[in-house]
Amino acid sequence: MGAALVKRLANDGWNVAALARRQDALDELAAACAEAPGRVVVRAHDVHDVADVPDLFEELVRELGGLDMILYAAGVMPAIGEQEYDTVKDLDMLAVNTSGCIAWCNPAADLFRTQRRGTIVGISSIAGDRGRKGNPVYCTSKAAMNTYLEALRNRLGDFGVHVCTIRPGFIDTAMTKGMDGLFWLISADEAAKRILSAARSKANVRYVPFRWLWVGLVIRHIPSFLFRRMTI
Amino acid sequence: MTAAARRTDRGDVEHGYRYVEAWGMAEGAYGRVFLPRNVEQIRAALLHARAAKVPIGLRGTGNSYGDASMNSDGFVLDISRMNRILDFDAETGIAELEAGVTVRDLWRHILPLGWWPRVVSGTSFPSMAGIAAMNIHGKNNFAVGTVGDAILEFDLVLPNGELRTCSREENADLFHAAIGGFGMLGVFSRIKLQTKRIHSGNLRVHAHANRDLRELMDYFEEHKGSADYLVAWIDCFAKGDALGRGAIHRANYLKEGEDEHPERTLTLAHQDVKPNLFGVFPKSELWRPLRLLNNDPGFRFVNTVKYHTGRLEALQEPHTWTHNEFSFLLDYIPNWKWSYGRRPGYGLIQFQPFVPNDAAHDVYCEILRRNQAAGFVPYLGVFKRHRPDPFWLTHAVDGWSFAMDFKVTPRTRDALWKHCAELIELVLDAGGKFYFAKDLVLPAGVAERMFPADKLEAFVRLKRELDPDELLQTDLWRRVFAGVR
Repeated sequence: MGAALVKRLANDGWNVAALARRQDALDELAAACAEAPGRVVVRAHDVHDVADVPDLFEELVRELGGLDMILYAAGVMPAIGEQEYDTVKDLDMLAVNTSGCIAWCNPAADLFRTQRRGTIVGISSIAGDRGRKGNPVYCTSKAAMNTYLEALRNRLGDFGVHVCTIRPGFIDTAMTKGMDGLFWLISADEAAKRILSAARSKANVRYVPFRWLWVGLVIRHIPSFLFRRMTI
Repeated sequence: MTAAARRTDRGDVEHGYRYVEAWGMAEGAYGRVFLPRNVEQIRAALLHARAAKVPIGLRGTGNSYGDASMNSDGFVLDISRMNRILDFDAETGIAELEAGVTVRDLWRHILPLGWWPRVVSGTSFPSMAGIAAMNIHGKNNFAVGTVGDAILEFDLVLPNGELRTCSREENADLFHAAIGGFGMLGVFSRIKLQTKRIHSGNLRVHAHANRDLRELMDYFEEHKGSADYLVAWIDCFAKGDALGRGAIHRANYLKEGEDEHPERTLTLAHQDVKPNLFGVFPKSELWRPLRLLNNDPGFRFVNTVKYHTGRLEALQEPHTWTHNEFSFLLDYIPNWKWSYGRRPGYGLIQFQPFVPNDAAHDVYCEILRRNQAAGFVPYLGVFKRHRPDPFWLTHAVDGWSFAMDFKVTPRTRDALWKHCAELIELVLDAGGKFYFAKDLVLPAGVAERMFPADKLEAFVRLKRELDPDELLQTDLWRRVFAGVR
């Protein structure tokens, strides 16, 4: 998903800094964007390393010559067994999906607040709408992200800064590979297009694709005594 | 413990990357901002700067109108996270504060105990480090001096990391140089100051409408022996016989027993202003409609209305205002500066010349006329009375100051700076001075002309001794002190 966003932005003429764990994947991305009108800077980084973020953030913003938008697309969803309560695995999910998001969006919020301009886009998930039996902490991490982003939106609104929460449905990425029962599946590129259009139109919360909004609405209103008996 | 917390524990210091701006928004620069939480971390920030061979500028809460806490070429040390009230003695009124404590933090802590800061600025957001470094004054400068006069002692972290405690008895030179030394000699880390006993949360305020500048000055001279606070607003659009017309507010503390219910007025609930206008419209949104008036015809209208409502107010009996309302008029409309524009480069500058008593009337009339002739009429003009103080680089004179808010846009900027340059000559020729907390326009060479030669020389000598590598720098220092560095 991140790669698709970088390609779209670079092709639209934006200078983009891309961060990911694997250098080879980043090199591939940089090569794919070599012809694009926007410049792509790549840096290997693991969002577990929150202590590195302030330096890295400053370095990249300087290299790009400023910052208009930050997108947080890092997320993991390991398979969790039906009777599995693995704390290490769960906390790691929080580290990537939630702590990493806070570690990167905080310095961006600080910069955007002082320059009174900027957009923060967080790729959350429809999974954050309810706590499901299938993957408790994945849902938790995304619900936390939703609330964090909403709070940022509220405290930064006065400063001309926009915060956009994206709640994707099923996207054809490594995360959904091999999963059963997928429907309304769209490509990562199609998702990237819709995410950027949501950010441009200053949407607060946007389901991607849009029709997941109706699903989300229904799911959020299923009473608990029913929800716990369902398999979703 | 998280990795970030461990780093902090080692005495390393958190930092961010921000747009560091003059409060008036006319200038700003991107840069690394260190956010120390204790003296160890102040040292760490200074060491970082020294190792990187990059100058570091000191910043409190960033309320100086100009570039006094900007450092475009380097790092910034922001003291605002060191904001603990260390001690307050309700018997003596002596407060001991970390330097990032704001005036607001202080008054809210001490007012319920029956005390009030001796000197406050027109906004409550500046930090202790900022008010000491700028040696700020209030509407009572003529009576009690600047904030430096209320400071008993402070700790200063020198550029080499050494901590020096200064007072009138200990390191007296550094005491008198660092107060008003605009952050060029060291980092204020702890400040001890004397506050004032009050017997009511209210002040008694007399209003008077003055028809011209002469009447204003006569009124001040008549009352400065008895008033605790004196401040005047001036309609800078008025011409001819009405030149310098405005409204004066004179306030006095209530003596013991004059307030029948001090237990009620000395509460935060009594002091707090309502967040909504007419109970419905949030004041935090007022700057938006104010944008519509933020032009010459708009402010000509606002000033005219204000003058005439001031005349009506003057007909009434003296009334009571809370300390909060009277002292912090600039906080009445949150973020009002945004009505001047929100994009970087749009905003306002404040130009505040200080002129000795004898020359003041003529100089200020000339300034009012020249503003109108040049088409740069300040939207807000404020008059105050001052007295000298013992600090080396003080701005205070036995005379008057006239603070003027000029609107700045990228298009008008050059012409406005040229206009100010002419006014600066006028003021310096009259033996006047300027105030660094307000300044963005003084050119190189002004420092030599406005400060006594011996004081300036001593200051520069001390700067060279304590900071031979010029680790501490700001845009203001490089601009105004270019000739003596």
